[in-house]
Order: sequence, then C-alpha cells, then structure tokens
Amino acid sequence: MNEALELLANPWIHGFVFGAVIVTALMSVTAYITWFERKFAARLHSRMGPTMVGPKGLLQPIADGLKMIQKEDIVPRDADRLLFNAAPAITLFFALAVAAVIPFSPGLLASNLDIGVLYALAVSGLMGFPVWVGAWASNNKYALFGGMRAVAQAISYEIPMVLSALVPVVLAGSLSIGQIVEYQIEHGWFAFWPPGPGIFAFVLFMLTALAEGNRIPFDIPEAESELVAGPTTEYTGIKFGLFASAEYIHSLLASALGAALFLGGWDGPFGIPVFWMLLKTCMLFVGVTWIRWTLLRFRSDQLMALCWVYLVPGALGLLLITGLYVHVRG
Amino acid sequence: MAVAETPPAAPVTPAAQATPIAPVTQVAASTGPLVPSGPPRDGPIPPIRAARTPRTDCKPTKAFVPEPHLDLSTYEADADLMTLSLGPQHPSTHGVFRVVLYLDGEQIVKAVPYPGYLHRGVEKLCEKLMASNITPIIDKNDYVAPMTNEQAVNMAFESLMGVEVPVRARYLRTVLAETQRVASHLLWLGTFGMDLGGALGGGTSLFMWCFRERELILDLFENLTGCRFHYNTHTVGGNRHDVPAGWPEMLHRTLGAIDERLDQYLGMLEHPIFSARTKGVGVIDADLALELGLTGPLLRASGVDHDLRRDAPYHAYAEVDLKVFVEDAGDCWARSKVRIEEMRESIRISRILVDNLPPGPICSTKPLKMVGQHKLPPGQVYVGIETPRGELGTWLIGGGANKGSSPYRLKIRSPSLHACAVIPYVLPGCSLSDAIAILGSLDPVMGEVDR
Repeated sequence: MNEALELLANPWIHGFVFGAVIVTALMSVTAYITWFERKFAARLHSRMGPTMVGPKGLLQPIADGLKMIQKEDIVPRDADRLLFNAAPAITLFFALAVAAVIPFSPGLLASNLDIGVLYALAVSGLMGFPVWVGAWASNNKYALFGGMRAVAQAISYEIPMVLSALVPVVLAGSLSIGQIVEYQIEHGWFAFWPPGPGIFAFVLFMLTALAEGNRIPFDIPEAESELVAGPTTEYTGIKFGLFASAEYIHSLLASALGAALFLGGWDGPFGIPVFWMLLKTCMLFVGVTWIRWTLLRFRSDQLMALCWVYLVPGALGLLLITGLYVHVRG
Repeated sequence: MAVAETPPAAPVTPAAQATPIAPVTQVAASTGPLVPSGPPRDGPIPPIRAARTPRTDCKPTKAFVPEPHLDLSTYEADADLMTLSLGPQHPSTHGVFRVVLYLDGEQIVKAVPYPGYLHRGVEKLCEKLMASNITPIIDKNDYVAPMTNEQAVNMAFESLMGVEVPVRARYLRTVLAETQRVASHLLWLGTFGMDLGGALGGGTSLFMWCFRERELILDLFENLTGCRFHYNTHTVGGNRHDVPAGWPEMLHRTLGAIDERLDQYLGMLEHPIFSARTKGVGVIDADLALELGLTGPLLRASGVDHDLRRDAPYHAYAEVDLKVFVEDAGDCWARSKVRIEEMRESIRISRILVDNLPPGPICSTKPLKMVGQHKLPPGQVYVGIETPRGELGTWLIGGGANKGSSPYRLKIRSPSLHACAVIPYVLPGCSLSDAIAILGSLDPVMGEVDR
C-alpha cells in the first residue's frame, strides 16, 4: 500500500492515474448526462423520453454510443482528409483538458496548477478553433458559416468570460483554483460575499459559459434550423459523437468551474466534500439545460452586439469595482 | 345565436341579403349567366360564374414596380458573392423547397426561389376523376389544413352543378373549417418556434406544446370522420358524416383547453428574444402584398383589411359576427400576432356555431355510385374560400372525361404559391438567420405550392 502511495507521488504516475480516472468518469457522466437531458426535456414537453432500452431507458446512452460507432464513416470527397479526421479528436482533447485543474475535493484533482484559472480559460477558449478547423476542412458552405460564427463567438465571449473569472481571482489574490476555493471556505462564497460584484460576476460567467459552450440562446454556430448542423454538418457516426460529447463536457466543466470559483467548490455543511462539489455542478448544469430547452435563439449580429455593447463594458466595470474594494480593504 | 346581421363592410348580393344562408347556387345565379353555351372543347369558353362577389374596395396598386434585389451594380461580378442553395433538403424550408441565396458575408443580396420539387400533377390527375374521387386527392394538397381543401373543391362542384347544401352541413362545414384553422395555425406556431429556436432547444418545446394541442383537434376530427388527417368527409351537396353523439361537448372541451393556453402563446410574443428576432424583420408593405396577390394572414398583417369570410360570406359565416384582425407592421411579429389572434376568434366562432347546429339532413345528394351519375354541366366557375393560408381558389370547367362527370380543367389558386413569390422581394438585405424566420412566417405548405 505504501509503495503504491509512493508511486503516486511521482508526478507522471500521479498525472496518468488521475487523468485516467477523471477522463473515464467524465466520459461516462457525459453519457448519462445525455440521458438526463433527454428525460428532462421530455418532461418539459409532456413526453416520456427514452423508455425502451433498459429500465427507464437507462441503457439509452450505451445504445446511442453503439449506434454512432456502427454508422458509416463518411469523408466528403473534396474534404481535407487529415484535418477533417483530426478535428473531432482535438476538440474533445481540449474539452477534457480543462478537467485537469477542476478541484473536486481537496485531494481529488489531477494537477494543482498555480495558474489554474488561466489554464482552464485558455484551454476552453481554444476549443473553438478545432471546430473551425473541422468546419473548414469539410468543404461545405453551411459548415463554413458555422465555423465562422463559432470563431467569432469564441473570440468575443472569451473576453467577458475571462474578465468575470478575474473577479474571484482579484478577491482571493490567487490564480490557483484550489486556493480560491479555500479562501471562500474561510471568508464566504464569492457569489454572496462580499455583496456586490460577486453575484454579478457569477451570472456573467455562467452567461458567457453558455455562449462558449454553444448553448441556446447562444448556439448560433450550430443553429440547426439555419445551418443544418453548423460545423458538424458533414460529420457522421462517432466523429459527430465526439463533437457532441465535447460540447456536453464543455458545459459540464464550465458548470464545475462556476461552482468552484463562485459557489465555494467542495464547501458544505456536512458530509464528504466531493459530494457538495458534484451537487453544485449538477445544479448549475440543470440550470443550463433548463435555459436551453426554454429560450429561442439570438441572431448572430444581436449576439455580437450583446457581447460588445453590454457584457464587455459591464465586466470591465465589475473588475474595477472589485479592484477598488480590495484596495480599500487593504 | 350570436348575431344574425351582415357585417357593414361586406358587399353582399341581394340574394344573400334576403336569406342569409342562401345556397351557393343562388348567389352564383345572381352574378352571372347560369346556363353556359356549348361544351368547352369546341367553341369559346363561356364566361365565369363567380360564386362570390368580387371585392372592389381594395387599395389600387399604383404604378408600383417592386425591386427584387439589392443594388447588384455595387458588386463587380458574381464571384464576389457566395451562392448558397437553401434546400431542397434543408430543415427549415418546410418541405422540399429551394431558395438560391446570393450572400455577401451573412447578408443576402439576392434570393431566387425554385418551387416544383413536390409537383405531383394533381390538377391533371383530376381531369380523369369524378368529384367523389377528387376530394381525397385534393386533401393532400395543403396537407396541414385538409378540411378547407375539400371544402374549396366541393363548393366549386356544387356551384357548377347547382346543388344546394343543407343548412346543417353549412354550419358543420363552418365549424370544421374554423377548427382546422386552429390546428393549422398551431402547427405553424410550432414550426415557427423551431425556425427561431432550433431543433434542440426552446423551439422544440414550443413545437411539442403546439402539437399537444393539435392532437386534441385531430382526435376531434377522428371522432367525426374516422380519419385523423385526410378526412374525405365533404362531398358534393353536403357532408358524409353527421355529428356523432357527444361531439359538441368534446369540441367545447378541446377548444376550451386550447383557448386557455392561447394566453401563454400571446404572452410569448412579448418575450425579448422573440421580439428581437421578429420585429422589423421581413417587412411586406401593403403595396407589395397586393401586387403579389397575397391573401390571408399575410395580407392582414400588412395592413389590408381583407377576409373572404367576412367580405364574401360562404358557409354560415354570414350568421356570425366575425372579427378580423389587422396589423399594420407587416413584419414577422405582426404575422405571428394576426395568426394567434385568429386562433382565438376561430375557437369562439366554432363554439357558437356548434351550439346552434340546425336540425335537418346533412347531405342533399345520394352518394355517387357509378360514372355519369352526376354530370357536370359544361360551364365554368371560380370559388375562393379563406383557408388558414389565404384565398384558396378553385377554377372548374365542366364537361370533361367519364361521360362528363370529370372536370375538363381544374385549376387551383393556392395562397402558398403567392406567399413564396414574396421571397425575392423581402429576403435581400436580411441576414441568413432572418431568412429562416421570414420563410417560417410565410407559412408555405409545399404540397399546395407545387400541387
């Protein structure tokens, strides 16, 4: 046992083991999140949702996965074959890479980076680009439109997202997510304490996370009714599945990041810490899902106007107020 | 009985004023010669007997030449623009419809619609069939509102053959037409939500709710006719199915439930995202609407107060005080508003008329059993009725095949085709997202456009 623990102290082995655990857990959670979302949407629609595969349709995600693997893998004749095949994997890689710095409990995190916040935002911001690469490589006009919108949206919404995530960084005086959570356990959650900038920054962060994750009302890159399937128009089978699961993982990890930065992470009144972290993440994800199945979609120019006219100045103002607060507090 | 007076603006023939529920043939007789001269195959075609009085107080179209696209001269060559073929297989063209868009970035510079992918030759097919065979075929034209399709074609046959429709059938037809209008508009609202909100989002929620309501109406029709969708319940001289026991109560229950939920849909019009996507988008002004022959909700949303149900009453519309909703803006929002308000009015009329169904026979003719039993006189007739999409006209020339039982020619004037004519004029200047919203708000049914 001790030998095993000593082995884990080696950063390479530690990273590999935790990486494997987290990636496996995330992928299976993502599969069941699709089941949850389908059931949830079905309840909103007064339908049943999946019922046929397994009890309560619980085996539906597995059936979906099998189906996607069995589908014919079509590469369009004029597509750039290398980029077309690489894009889904790279997208999923960036989506999963964010998980490395999410602290699920004091001990359960793959890497306690000093610049965790910066890393998470940078990697999730990069996710827009392999989508664009796939869209460009598939040589389809609808995909081109979708990829163009995806990049425009990723670039625009990255700014208010980073600015709103800087509010807890300034308050806690650290870029490490673990230290931000510990600061909150000591002084109170940033969403509620100090009263003022925290709650606005939290709302702003979740809003921009919706946009970064291409969720309605900001899902203009995919926009099924306009662009068929946006960047993924030409993708079939499991490659489409990789894009889809990357999107789910992105939303899920954005919820986790929101929970860690603003809702005190694993802080809870009793019980094991990881439970509270997962609970908060799930609550935020339910909120995201609820918004998705309730609202209609913005137009692309309205989306850009919302970002540059309201969100960016608002986020800058918030950061200014937070800085003043920290300065006065000393 | 609500009101038995004729609406003030309606030009009504003397025959219709004397007896408000005059049979179609009498109205027709007062406006044109009854007996045409000679079969249409030899000699000139006799003049049209209009089954309704033509409307004369429409706004005159000035020397109005609509401009179908933005200024193309600012673009040096077609190479500057990207062409995008929207359809024929696209989730938002509501069927197999193709629009070729010339795009500058996301802005549309020129739009060229190409209908015809669903052409089935219905009109030609009808030249070989008798009236009773034609009804189920015409059902499939506007497959969102089959009831009104049947009524249009059967009214044309009745008008040409001089068959009188019993009062009970006229009332029942009115109820069916209005209930069908609610079902059709519900389907439109659902698909419009899909256009605005995507298949994996809030749009689908709206779609599902609208379909939930529409199912109730289909149940109602199933109870009456045995079919959920393509009813084949109208025949020359009346209806084939009389109202079963308990049906009026079922109608009250169904429409009452829908009426309660309409408030929510009206509230949705004020939602910020919905208004942002629809207000000021796809404006059709009254001149353009009249020039292109738009009818129905599209015309009324452009500020022209025109409704055949009120202006040239058929069925039992003269018996009720019909409110016609007019919006001036002419944009997608106005069209949505007009349609949702119309649903409420249709529900009101249906509930009044079903309570006042007069007793008597439901059909004045015996079912057709053999070829030549019901001969069409060799004249011609045009009947236009107000379907959920606008004026559905049937132009019928008698004296065709099957010993004169088939029409020599049956021409359908479909409101959806005219709605599609708007596309080249309205889309330029919009973005791609707006184009989808506009296409959705036009509510075209491709089965009716292409026939």
